[in-house]
Amino acid sequence: MINKLVITSKNEEFLRRIVELSGETITVCEQCGTCSGGCPLVLEMDVTPAEMMRMVQLGQEEVAETRTIWLCASCFSCTVKCPRGLDPSKVAEALRQLSLRKAIDHIDIMNIPADEMDKLPQIALVSAFRKLTG
Amino acid sequence: MKTGKIGVYVCHCGGNISEVVDVKAVAAFAEKQTDVVLVRTNEHMCSELGQKQVADDIKEHKLDKVVIAACSPQFHEKTFRSVLAKAGLNPYVLEMANLREQCSWPHFDFPEFATRKAKDLTDTAIAKARLDEPLEKKTMPIGKRVLVIGAGIAGIQASLGLGDAGFKVHLVEREPSIGGKMAQLSRTFPTEDCSACILSPKMADVPANPNITLLTNAEVENIDGYLGNFEVSVLKKPRYVDMNKCVTCRSCEASCPVKVPSEFDEGMTMRKAIYVPFDFAVPYKHIIDESQCLRLTKGGKVCGLCVKACPHDAIDFDQKPERVKFTVDTVIVATGYDTFDAATKKVYGYGKFENVVTALQMERMVVRGAEGNPIRKMGQKIAFIQCVGSRDEQVGNEYCSRICCMYATKLSQLLKRSDPSRDVYVFYTDLRAFGKGFEEYYKRAQNTGVKFLRGKPAELFENPDTKKIIMKIEDTLSREILEFEFDLVVLSTGLVPNKGTEPIAQILKLSKSPDGFLQEAHPKFKPEDTLIEGVFLAGTVQGPKDIPDTVGQASAAALRAVRLMNQEAYTIDPLAAFVHEEACDGCGLCVSPCPLNAISLVSKLAKVNQTLCTGCGSCIASCPRNALDLQCYSNDQLAAQVKAALASKKKNETRILVFADDMTAYRLADNVGTAKMTYSADSLIIRVPSGSRVTPKLMLQAFAAGADGIFIGDSEQKSSPYPHSAAVMKENVSTVANILSESGIEPDRVRFFEFVTVMLGGFVKQIDGLADYCKKAKPIPAQTRKALGKDINNRLFAEDRKESIQV
Repeated sequence: MINKLVITSKNEEFLRRIVELSGETITVCEQCGTCSGGCPLVLEMDVTPAEMMRMVQLGQEEVAETRTIWLCASCFSCTVKCPRGLDPSKVAEALRQLSLRKAIDHIDIMNIPADEMDKLPQIALVSAFRKLTG
Repeated sequence: MKTGKIGVYVCHCGGNISEVVDVKAVAAFAEKQTDVVLVRTNEHMCSELGQKQVADDIKEHKLDKVVIAACSPQFHEKTFRSVLAKAGLNPYVLEMANLREQCSWPHFDFPEFATRKAKDLTDTAIAKARLDEPLEKKTMPIGKRVLVIGAGIAGIQASLGLGDAGFKVHLVEREPSIGGKMAQLSRTFPTEDCSACILSPKMADVPANPNITLLTNAEVENIDGYLGNFEVSVLKKPRYVDMNKCVTCRSCEASCPVKVPSEFDEGMTMRKAIYVPFDFAVPYKHIIDESQCLRLTKGGKVCGLCVKACPHDAIDFDQKPERVKFTVDTVIVATGYDTFDAATKKVYGYGKFENVVTALQMERMVVRGAEGNPIRKMGQKIAFIQCVGSRDEQVGNEYCSRICCMYATKLSQLLKRSDPSRDVYVFYTDLRAFGKGFEEYYKRAQNTGVKFLRGKPAELFENPDTKKIIMKIEDTLSREILEFEFDLVVLSTGLVPNKGTEPIAQILKLSKSPDGFLQEAHPKFKPEDTLIEGVFLAGTVQGPKDIPDTVGQASAAALRAVRLMNQEAYTIDPLAAFVHEEACDGCGLCVSPCPLNAISLVSKLAKVNQTLCTGCGSCIASCPRNALDLQCYSNDQLAAQVKAALASKKKNETRILVFADDMTAYRLADNVGTAKMTYSADSLIIRVPSGSRVTPKLMLQAFAAGADGIFIGDSEQKSSPYPHSAAVMKENVSTVANILSESGIEPDRVRFFEFVTVMLGGFVKQIDGLADYCKKAKPIPAQTRKALGKDINNRLFAEDRKESIQV
């Protein structure tokens, strides 16, 4: 089934929001795909980095629900190669911020038994609170 | 003619001005000014209707001064001067207020400020117009000699055209043969003519033309002078082969033991140290590569095999560099391009992976293959990667090189057609088939079976065993990640300015556009002209272009040169210094500051040689009695402009005056406006011929009249028409800074900068920096301002006067 995408002022608003959060002029992306070609995690992703940029350009809010933005490790492979000087990893971070700023914890720290807590690496805890990484 | 009946015309510029600036308010403001007898607004002042209106009004209302408040004078000053002339008025009683580039465009975000500034600019122009004097143009003789630098297809085309038309051409080429890059190409898109076959007859025509003097293996060392009188010095490097004796039998070549990579084959084949550049080289004579020849590098009696081998005794190791000097009337610069150095784009592994080549190498491989003399195996699976070195901010080249899409389309289908079992891919971002027959040619490539894939690899990898190239890309149309292994990857490298252009640009003081190529005088109507009168551009020196465009521009450049040379004399603006003799006391302080020795003392009075003087105005600051002055930018005019520019200033407001030199800073400000970059609307630009024209006296007058800061923008020394101007400007600024300091005012309120026309961001930063600084600083007390304006000459010259009297 082909989706029909209706572009409304809401889409424009979403684009403006992400532009503001990321500080990147996302409309400048020319969709050359260099970021995707160089991304070490692209084969684990549900949308490619270039597609993520496109979805933001079109104001598709569902981009915030993709695995891609959480898989992005900010390794900057894309950033150093983008021919338009953009930083897609900042865009991914901006999209993550949308979730992070809702301040919803995915685990309740009080319910983790003390002995398990001892064994858990800190980064796992941090990731599990609000992020959806991994 | 100090007073006048001034007509003021405010232009809408089809909305360009009126959408931001309240044109009616500006017109109403102009009506209230003294001496203004007529004000009109017009949708397009530059249109025939607008021009006619001015001409009619001059006659009907007996206007004797005209102010056009419209766009930058660099576009239509000439237009309106000729309108005035036709209506019987002297063309130099025209002033323009730059409401578009300096108001509506850079201040589009603050329409109120833009309107206020538009009024100030109009007022400033009216103030200058009041004092405009009728002037006569200077006349200089001109002949029919032209220098063409670079003998690629552009230089050849221009030279042949001029030679045929009877003009004397000196064609100078750095390489040992003419022909340039076109000689290396396989075929030309979209018609697939053999490049060498269509070029070589034209090359042969060059030495056959009696009007063309060809100098190969030679470089332009220096050019002095101006339109009608360019003195050229060319260094002819030794060939070490007597061209009159050599019959190109190639015996010497066979005997030479030194092998070096061939430039013509892009380093993929070897040539000897004594060689003929290529089979259809012009001149078709041997040359010894002095950096490789054993005798020439080691000296003494080493080697010398070629001497023995030559049956005609043509080898001459005693040849020395020769300096050739001549005079020409115009110059055409056709120094062309270099291909982008693919090795600097490290991720693609050029120079490291044996199966990654450049497109120019592929051109040579195709030619050699077709000749039945293949350079190397090409394999069955070949990829082209587009936009290598163009459209890539990672390598600093933002522009599109224009030809790569089509040459890749050409090479890919030549490869596919010569072996249909091959798989040929072109990886692109946007396929640009803009020219005549190009889109059809692109379709033909697709018909042939070349696959065009929209995506770009981030990096290439080499399979260490097979040496094949591994590539991962996103097909941005299907959103799939694809992985390939190719036998050969061709990098479609872009065009960059030729390294040889740099010294020529410096010698001729030509400016560059932001992409690094040389800047044309007008992007639409003067694409072959430069800002230097009598110097023209042909071909890729001005920007990437294909062969038809290059040839077209070369012919046009020749015409532009003919247009000047076909007159027996030409006229130039009457910009020159003059002396108010009643004020001159013959102190002679002005004589040494003139770099052109145009000023001398004749019976105790300073005299300016009007032909020698180029009108920089740097002598004026040296006169303690205000006796020296400049036509078009007189002392009284500048003082009146300063006063008018500051007239609207209210309490608590700040104003900075920007004196912009005509050559660079003023045009840079136009470029900033055109790019819709914004800067402080508290600034107001006043045009001057050079930074050195802004005398300390004028600066002090400005502070006295209410300026909070002064900025002087001048041309960078090496590209300035007045190379000494910057030094004089610095001295003037430091004089004023010292006086400010003594008066308890921050010396940092007066600043300067040497610009080139591409420093758009730099201009904004400088202006905003000073505006901010002045806004934050404590206001200058009225008392202090008053004191600054008093007794200026005595303060400035007290010590100099003493010295000169002692002498």
